[in-house]
Amino acid sequence: MSALELLLQQLINAVSIGSLYALMAIGLAMVFGILRLINFAHGDLIMVGSYVALLLQVLGLPFPVAAVAGVAASTLAGLAMERVAYRPLRGAHEIAMLLTSFSVTIFLENLAIILFRPTSRPFPAPAVLRSVITMGQLRVAGLDLIAIAVTAVLLAALTLFVRRTNIGIAMRAASQDLLAARLMGINVNRVIATAFAIGSFLAGVVGLLWSARVGKVDPLMGFNPVLKAFVASVIGGLGSLPGAVLGAYVLGGLEILLQGLLPSALTPYRDALVFAILIALLLFRPNGILGSTEKEKI
Amino acid sequence: MLKLEAVDVAYGHIKALVGVSLEVREGELVALLGANGAGKSTALMTISGIVRPREGTVVYNGTDLAKASPFDIVGLGVIQCPEGRRIFGGLTVLENLRMGAVRRADSSGVRRDLDFVFSLFPVLGQRRHQTGATLSGGEQQMLAIARALMGAPSLLLLDEPSLGLAPIVVQAIFRVIRELHRRGVTILLVEQNVRQALAVADRGYVLAAGRVILAGSGGELRSAPELEQAYLSTAPEAGR
Repeated sequence: MSALELLLQQLINAVSIGSLYALMAIGLAMVFGILRLINFAHGDLIMVGSYVALLLQVLGLPFPVAAVAGVAASTLAGLAMERVAYRPLRGAHEIAMLLTSFSVTIFLENLAIILFRPTSRPFPAPAVLRSVITMGQLRVAGLDLIAIAVTAVLLAALTLFVRRTNIGIAMRAASQDLLAARLMGINVNRVIATAFAIGSFLAGVVGLLWSARVGKVDPLMGFNPVLKAFVASVIGGLGSLPGAVLGAYVLGGLEILLQGLLPSALTPYRDALVFAILIALLLFRPNGILGSTEKEKI
Repeated sequence: MLKLEAVDVAYGHIKALVGVSLEVREGELVALLGANGAGKSTALMTISGIVRPREGTVVYNGTDLAKASPFDIVGLGVIQCPEGRRIFGGLTVLENLRMGAVRRADSSGVRRDLDFVFSLFPVLGQRRHQTGATLSGGEQQMLAIARALMGAPSLLLLDEPSLGLAPIVVQAIFRVIRELHRRGVTILLVEQNVRQALAVADRGYVLAAGRVILAGSGGELRSAPELEQAYLSTAPEAGR
């Protein structure tokens, strides 16, 4: 394989995994921006959607139907989470919300363990998601291309949403100054529910792509993605949507880079090295790459 | 139009307002004066539904605002331009103004008001695509007032619109306040700048330690000896 092909191959890998992190990180960043809540239960929405998609396929429904239902299930679960767990805490201390997100995680994961057993189950994916395209020496997984394309479409749609629609602009306004947003008559509950709905929808999409990628589902499958998404949004600047996306691709790039460069004896320590680099980065830019360093104007 | 009666507000054990009664009639410009911590901003936040009174009523055209949400209160046309401007720094001038009109459905009226605020503050028109954070302090204050006006207020609550601004900008802001008053907008104005405020106000109230200690016309208040005291003394009976 030539150097150019190798570079291209690794680039596709990096953008593909970065895309999944980006879709997750947006959901975290949207909610954090408004509520200052790091919703660790966000990862479990991946699990909910994946299991629903799996279940419906086992029942004999075709993949597209199961996929749509899975994404819908994630979205509804996210909305329910906001309504039941977080809305009663409006105005409560940030620590109380954080602890609540842990208990939601514990609840959902144990519910899944009771319902579906703790062991993993194979996730059937249609042939197109398992295809591999060969171009010369280059071998590109169809799933990678689909993940990249889906993410591009969703990011474009999301950009239009937060720039053009009243509720999208209101979401940005509420994340900048919640009190001022209330004084303008912005319906904060509606804005927060919308943020949860969008984030959960994206988590549902990630769930399908992730499950198809690893070929299985298990009750704790949401932990790793949400951790990576959290790291991505910290790199980019917590609460900033462009920051979350940028941080996700930086994280994906770093992972693939180290994966390629590290001698095989060290690859198990890849994540540790990635996180060490990120800590170093945060020492220089504590608010992340796109986090604000600007002082309030007097 | 707006009537506060025996309103008590407390933050925990600290009493912010004690038995405050005041009234704003249609078309009036009423000044709310007092030293730092006298309860002026708390009074406005109570009217806007952000802070809930323990006792008393806040009635606006027959509706008890003490039981209404900020969302509903803005819908009634009671719009606050808060202290410290609190514009949305990451949003453009136009987006800020759009958020001021977020509760309105009359798009032709919104377009007319946009032209109106750009005629009041031409600089905002020039900077309509800039983000709020890139504006100067005076321009941000203009944006904050313009944003509140985009809500088509029937009662405009202005909290310290001249705070921290250069004298020439203060003059411009007060010119606009006078212009709005002339056009019939009802205004409740909280100000530290007593002389300026009383020059434009029809009537005024003076708060000290959460109580109304003085009320009267602009002229009466200007010559009242207690006015100076309200600012000089820290009111030893505070909180009791």
